[in-house]
Amino acid sequence: MLHFPRWKISIILVVVFLGIVFSMPSLLPKSLQEQLPGWLPQKQVNLGLDLQGGSYLLLEVDMAFAEKEQLDSILELARGELRQARIGYQNLKVKDGKVTFLLRDPSEKNITRVRKALSNRVPGLLVVDEKAAVALALSDAAQKERRRLVVNQSIEIVRRRIDETGMREPSIQQQGEDRILVQLPGVKDPEAIKALLGKTAKLNFRLVDQNADPNALRAPVGAEILLSSDAEDKRRYVIKKRILVSGENLSDARATFQEGQPVVSITFDRVGAKLFADATLANVGKPFAIVLDGKVISAPVIRSAILDGSAIISGGFTVEAAEELAVLLRAGALPAPLQVLEERSVGPGLGADSIMAGKVASALGLVLVLLFMAAVYGSFGVMANLALVSNLVLILAVLSLLQATLTLPGIAGIVLTIGMAVDANVLVFERIREEYHGGQKVHAAIQAGYKQAVTTILDSNVTTLIAAFLLFQFGAGPIRGFAVTLMIGLATSMFTAIMLTRLFVVLWLRRGRHSKSLPI
Amino acid sequence: MALIQKLPRDFDTHFLKLRKAFFVISALLVFASLALVATRGLNFGVDFRGGTLIEIRTKRVQDIGQLRSKLNALGLGAISIQQFGQASDLLINLQKQEGAAKEQATAIKKVKDALGEVVEEYRRVEFVGPKVGEELKISGILATILSLLGIGLYIWLRFEWQFSFAALAALLHDVIVTVGFFSLTQYEFNLSALAAVLTVAGYSINDTVVIFDCVRDRLRRFKKLEQNDLLDRAINKTLSRTLLTSVTTLLALFALFFFGGEVLRGLSLGLIFGVAVGTYSSVALAVPLLSLTDLRASQNKGEDKEDDPTLPKKDSTPINPR
Repeated sequence: MLHFPRWKISIILVVVFLGIVFSMPSLLPKSLQEQLPGWLPQKQVNLGLDLQGGSYLLLEVDMAFAEKEQLDSILELARGELRQARIGYQNLKVKDGKVTFLLRDPSEKNITRVRKALSNRVPGLLVVDEKAAVALALSDAAQKERRRLVVNQSIEIVRRRIDETGMREPSIQQQGEDRILVQLPGVKDPEAIKALLGKTAKLNFRLVDQNADPNALRAPVGAEILLSSDAEDKRRYVIKKRILVSGENLSDARATFQEGQPVVSITFDRVGAKLFADATLANVGKPFAIVLDGKVISAPVIRSAILDGSAIISGGFTVEAAEELAVLLRAGALPAPLQVLEERSVGPGLGADSIMAGKVASALGLVLVLLFMAAVYGSFGVMANLALVSNLVLILAVLSLLQATLTLPGIAGIVLTIGMAVDANVLVFERIREEYHGGQKVHAAIQAGYKQAVTTILDSNVTTLIAAFLLFQFGAGPIRGFAVTLMIGLATSMFTAIMLTRLFVVLWLRRGRHSKSLPI
Repeated sequence: MALIQKLPRDFDTHFLKLRKAFFVISALLVFASLALVATRGLNFGVDFRGGTLIEIRTKRVQDIGQLRSKLNALGLGAISIQQFGQASDLLINLQKQEGAAKEQATAIKKVKDALGEVVEEYRRVEFVGPKVGEELKISGILATILSLLGIGLYIWLRFEWQFSFAALAALLHDVIVTVGFFSLTQYEFNLSALAAVLTVAGYSINDTVVIFDCVRDRLRRFKKLEQNDLLDRAINKTLSRTLLTSVTTLLALFALFFFGGEVLRGLSLGLIFGVAVGTYSSVALAVPLLSLTDLRASQNKGEDKEDDPTLPKKDSTPINPR
């Protein structure tokens, strides 16, 4: 007698019921959904970007740039401190990731003075005595910390910039040591976003070195030669390296118009306003360069001291350029440039088409398999079919519960599962047939069939699971979705075949007068 | 009336008699695939070779040749354009540019600018920089090797080493031949194609394990039965299940191939081919390979536990004389 304890039946029914409850939000149209009570789960299946449309951007922080900048600032710092402490030096330069210089007086006493002058100025700075030379570098711990800060700050700035664009539900995550993964559902113009994230947007105000010749080969000490930000303007400027005010002290930036031209109006915070006031007061009549990312936007002459902390940046902007600059300044400068390592953008048109294609293929595949099973196995086939449909419902439910992402290959995985899920049932039915036609009675045949087949089902599904799991681990993007649905599908199909179909068969047995013959 | 009752209850094909032919066919398939990959090579998608793929829908059907020359004049290396599905859908392939990711991004912008008004919508853009391309390639190879090893190990644990050897050989055969298929058809070999290859491995082993299970079961029950007869019976016993499952899987896959959209076409075709090869290898390769080994080496000799009721009523003389 096929024994099906009450508790087992309850568990099966509960699981199926939960499956229906959790998959409903995804299956029902919106109008019906709104009528359902609020305590039922609302979560829909999480659609991947290839189905809802959107952009997937993998960015990498250019650490080399950040480190070089750090070394440059250490160099300038060393220059200033050594001069102030009146320690003679020469050959101050950056080499092999360190700042090195030669001491005029390489005595122990002098080196101690150097250490005293520099060590406390930068956290984690190592002053290494290398024969006649002194090398300055950050300790490993300090470097690691700085890298972490750079990445965190980059993520924050990226988040702010994307927020400015009003994108709904962006996802910004760190990936690995120095990568940032940005996922933007529903974005229509990925180029604009890439442009926004591609600029570091470092703004600073520096004096123009009026005594130097911009066309000379090299700039004098403490200054550098910069080009205009307008590609058509071939002018060269000699700009002092010392930053008087920087964009870090901005509290606001707005795109506006001045005399009909698009400009950006900026407002400094208290610190910035004071710095700006001091700088303009001390340099009336001199040209003041506005430098953005190493290029000069403009270098207007200071006509009078500006004490209210506001200024206008004009540089022949288009309306879009002014808007973009305002956004960049509001969000803040990136500590280092971001490189796009990988992009996958799908337009809404293709997304909608893919969903439709997925639905059609799944529906058709399902119908074909259902018909086939019913034709081949008759009433037993119908029972297998019921299990198959429950299987699909369960897959959707698990996807909704886990909020796993359903991608287009993921739908392919579901369709594949439709084909493979019946396998477990076929195994059982064939085994039952063998037992029955070998002389067993109906009950015994069914019992033996299930008993023998379970180990085979487990073995064969576990091996496929291994392949699917590895695909999940090593795959990327949409293909991961394929592995996910395949794994879920295999698990649920084992459940429905072993437990659910068996329940149907047992019910069928108990109900009817079938004890005499098996219809397969 | 269930159709299954009309199907022969028992097949009686002497598979193992044909094993030499099967070995030759399989070897030929493997060599042909390896040769194809070596000469024709695989049409690597952007996922593995780096570069950019842009799918556009144009406002009107364009002269592809003209468009191609226009884009090739941009100095971004050879750019290929092909139709993708309907006539107004075009697939543009850019090579990996010299330099780092920044150069790749500039290249995309240049192409978009050059295309300008021609485009009605950008269906998708897939850009994989050189770094990520390398990483995906290594991941792909690792995934395949680890899959095979993992499966081989599991089989060894559940069955004996002979089974593991036969299963791995069949799997390797399937993987190589499926890759060869991609080389022959020059379908884009990207992450989807890799997924197809790994899934084929999973499906094939699925099949193989079912037959192995039957073999193991019969080894236990019929200790006196001659090995090749036993293997033959095992195949025949499971043949109906093997065929039926292949049919249902193929039904679903054909639905996917015809109606699943262009993007899935390579994946579904690879899977269809793979399911066919996987089924073949389980029956014609894995089990005949078992016949080369002695499965009873570690077994105790003894009497048959029972009579196999499906064997014709004779004494235990071999069905196929050696």
